[in-house]
Amino acid sequence: MSTNERPLSPHLQIYRWQWTMAGSILHRATGVGLAVGTLLLVGWLLAMAEGPDRYAAYQGFIDHWFGRLLLFGWTWALFYHLCNGIRHLIWDTGSGLGLNVAAASGYAAAAASIILSVIAWVAAYSTMGAI
Amino acid sequence: MSFQSQLCRVRGLGSAKNGTHHWWMQRVTAVALIPLCLWFAIAMIKMTGASHGDAVAWVQAPFNAIMLLLLIGATFYHMQLGLQVVIEDYVQSEGAKVVLLMAQKLASFALAVAAGFAVLKIAFGG
Repeated sequence: MSTNERPLSPHLQIYRWQWTMAGSILHRATGVGLAVGTLLLVGWLLAMAEGPDRYAAYQGFIDHWFGRLLLFGWTWALFYHLCNGIRHLIWDTGSGLGLNVAAASGYAAAAASIILSVIAWVAAYSTMGAI
Repeated sequence: MSFQSQLCRVRGLGSAKNGTHHWWMQRVTAVALIPLCLWFAIAMIKMTGASHGDAVAWVQAPFNAIMLLLLIGATFYHMQLGLQVVIEDYVQSEGAKVVLLMAQKLASFALAVAAGFAVLKIAFGG
């Protein structure tokens, strides 16, 4: 029997979609997103090292709605990956793995990531004097 | 009974030759990134709309330069470990997998060097 004809175990689409599954794949998705987002950090530092002109060009990009969108997405991804990552570190100690606890901590991580993102952006806009 | 030699069991390394090193370093860098990311987020909020001069002065403060270098090191190490697992999980073709694994490792290292060089250039007087 060739490799392709072997029976497969039930895969993702067979299971009822659950919050803990969504949280798990979101952790991975935000991780990949943050990897792309490091280009913003590297770009910022290189523009600063190049001098005022390049720095102004970089700020122009960030001030554009598309740059803002990227930065906002990156902020949320960072806070989600951070909060859910702490959840992973707690699991590594062997605790918090029960069904109800895992679901509750999943909701808590998602809620905390949204709250922290909103706080960060309100604080950033008030730093600029826009609020 | 085990068919492993005594030396092999003591070293605790399987056929990948590095045991739990990948898993462990992902945790070490994750723990390092908790305070580093929080520091960076707060710093970026305070720096919103900062002029070039203000930003340079901020990077030139020794504490900030050191924290940035630590952040860069931990971030790109952690990123490299994470992307590696994603590629290993989803890329089926052996050729594409090797190419992508090599590309992400080189890109992560290059980005870390570029960011670190920028910080040092600014810190030592732009």
